Amino acid sequence: MRVDVRKTHKLYIGGAFPRSESGRTFEALDAKGRFLANMAQASRKDARDAVRAARSAQSGWAGRTPYNRGQVIYRIAEVMEDRRDQLIEQVRAVGSTPKQAAATVDQTVDRIVWYSGWADKYVQVLGNANPVSSPYFNLSTPEPTGVVAVLAPSSLNMADPLLGLVSTVLPAMVTGNTVVAVTGTAAPIPAVTLAEIMATSDVPGGVVNLLTGDAAELGPWLASHLDVNGIDLAGAGDAATDLEIASAENLKRVRRPADEDWTTEPDLSRLAQWTETKTVWHPIGV
Amino acid sequence: MTFEYSPAPESRSIVDLKSSYGLFIGGEFVDGSGTSFKSISPATEEVLAEVAEGTADDIDRAVKAARKAFGSWSRLPGRERAKYLYRIARLMAERSREFAVLETLDNGKPIKETRDVDLPLVSQWFFYYAGWADKLAYAGLGPDPRPLGVAGQIIPWNFPLMMLAWKIAPALAAGNTVVLKPAETTPLTALLFAEVCQQADLPAGVVNIVTGAGETGQALVEHPGIDKIAFTGSTAVGKAIARTVAGTPKRATLELGGKAANIVFDDAPLDQAVEGIVNGIFFNQGHVCCAGSRLLVQESAYDEVLEKLKRRMSTLRLGDPLDKNTDIGAINSAEQLARIKALAEIGDAEGAERWSAPCELPANGFWFAPTIFTGVSQAHRIAREEIFGPVLSVLTFRTPAEAIEKANNTPYGLSAGVWTEKGSRILAMADRLRAGVVWANTFNQFDPASPFGGYKESGYGREGGRHGLAAYLEGAPA
Repeated sequence: MRVDVRKTHKLYIGGAFPRSESGRTFEALDAKGRFLANMAQASRKDARDAVRAARSAQSGWAGRTPYNRGQVIYRIAEVMEDRRDQLIEQVRAVGSTPKQAAATVDQTVDRIVWYSGWADKYVQVLGNANPVSSPYFNLSTPEPTGVVAVLAPSSLNMADPLLGLVSTVLPAMVTGNTVVAVTGTAAPIPAVTLAEIMATSDVPGGVVNLLTGDAAELGPWLASHLDVNGIDLAGAGDAATDLEIASAENLKRVRRPADEDWTTEPDLSRLAQWTETKTVWHPIGV
Repeated sequence: MTFEYSPAPESRSIVDLKSSYGLFIGGEFVDGSGTSFKSISPATEEVLAEVAEGTADDIDRAVKAARKAFGSWSRLPGRERAKYLYRIARLMAERSREFAVLETLDNGKPIKETRDVDLPLVSQWFFYYAGWADKLAYAGLGPDPRPLGVAGQIIPWNFPLMMLAWKIAPALAAGNTVVLKPAETTPLTALLFAEVCQQADLPAGVVNIVTGAGETGQALVEHPGIDKIAFTGSTAVGKAIARTVAGTPKRATLELGGKAANIVFDDAPLDQAVEGIVNGIFFNQGHVCCAGSRLLVQESAYDEVLEKLKRRMSTLRLGDPLDKNTDIGAINSAEQLARIKALAEIGDAEGAERWSAPCELPANGFWFAPTIFTGVSQAHRIAREEIFGPVLSVLTFRTPAEAIEKANNTPYGLSAGVWTEKGSRILAMADRLRAGVVWANTFNQFDPASPFGGYKESGYGREGGRHGLAAYLEGAPA
């Protein structure tokens, strides 16, 4: 008989896997309330470290070629496909049938492939050559907003812990932003697996930072952080209004929570949300 | 050598001002329920007219009128909505001189600018968005984008009529109805615009205009009957609006302050660059959110640029805004003049060196000579805070990287300028400047087809072009 080796579940910050500096953990439970694992419980300090890592990584990530960003994101899908069985088991544990769990994981892989393809296309769709009525070259292009905080959807709905997380993190990432995501406490284990997939998928350290922890605790620090440029409140719950108010201090771009079905193909509104339109003028003349 | 100019005043007889104005609600001028206030000419301090101060009750009436009009206006086929907007565009062109004179009287900006910049753009803005009204399915928001409903719109005093056009034209084209509040120091052209709405037979309630100050605006932002707030003004008020709409379904677009860097490399065509520097900061007395208020000059060109700049500034003509030769008009209000003076004094106190163009300031009215500060560091308040007046802070840099670092070292991100003959450098700089508009070898260009708006604390949302239309539509991109 062999005793299996169990994993320590940690945070993902700047490409590394630290425990919470606070030393705190919380218990991840399955749908029946049984213990699955102790999770690192991210603190305010961890959130600030994650923002710093995200800021450091942002210009480098935005400076990658669109083709390269697309390839890196496609690589996430490849590695996730390899980990399919593991993820199905983790999604199943929070309350779905094996068939439902498999469907969710497959949709997640497909969602990543879908977003990877946008990396070298959205600029054409969202940008414009502008026909100004004077002799000027005039071009508007979408650029990344900067550092985006994501309070990921968090519930025992089987779509939330994996598909919802990917559907909120990827649109910010594909547009050249860097991300600090808070997973919530309901079903955090798939997020740790996602972190491990990212760490082995050529995603530069700091581009995506995943914090297992409580959105109610970390949300206010991220919403009021002056080096965060945007915040997705998908998993903010009752705190959404307070977080939107806090976000006004540096006029963060705010994605309000809405009743969203993660299983349908997204529109481009999240991609557009995390971009800023820059218009460049230059005279035409000889 | 000095040039003498004879006075060349534009006649004000074309403007027929009433002694007092009410509010424009439901297609008619009605009395306000509050007190009235005076709108003066900032060039002479002459009282031009009395204007009603809209109360919360007045706002409520206006929002109800807009809501009532929304159903039929939004259901009107786009091609018919378009025709109303085309009518307005033509009427504004027909009455362009009258509007230009009134704008100059009420605002203090030179007739040269209202006549050649503001009014042509106003008419063009309506003409441009008129054409979108029956083409919304091509706006990139899916096959059937919907209007948002009633839009509350609050505009500033620096380009009163132009900001009105930027707000009303896309809102109406998309099928929304509006309640617009002009700034308290410049309400008159908006009220004259109400007459144009009547001449165009625009259905009652589609455009409502409620004059007043901050409290009137606040009542509009807080009114539960609006679906959208569009605001152009200060960053402080923009943040307050963002807090007010939090937790409501209301959308907001905010065009706020700026502290734009205008970057001049030593290989730039310096005479053109100097024209651009002057245009960037002294256009409209520097009452421009996207003004190039921080000049960044490459050290090797510093002496030459400063000499040329001072020489050019010495030829600027300050005085009667109605005079067709005037370059620099009046500061819009006593309050704004006090703010400009206070920040300039802080510039002195912090050790920067002030130089003002030699010119005589008229005895009445509010005036500030075109001024530059040299020896400015990034820590100085005149390099960090928006002065919103004809005051330029001059800094230097050695390398492109240093220019980028300094240009982006601000919570604002509305605009920036780059002057160099090297094309690849322009594109690299434009790429790295964190600003919504980058003018390369030009400055302060505007066009209804071109999206305008800021990064960071300069606000969010765009005005102009397809992007400006999207700000008034419900629907997802692509």
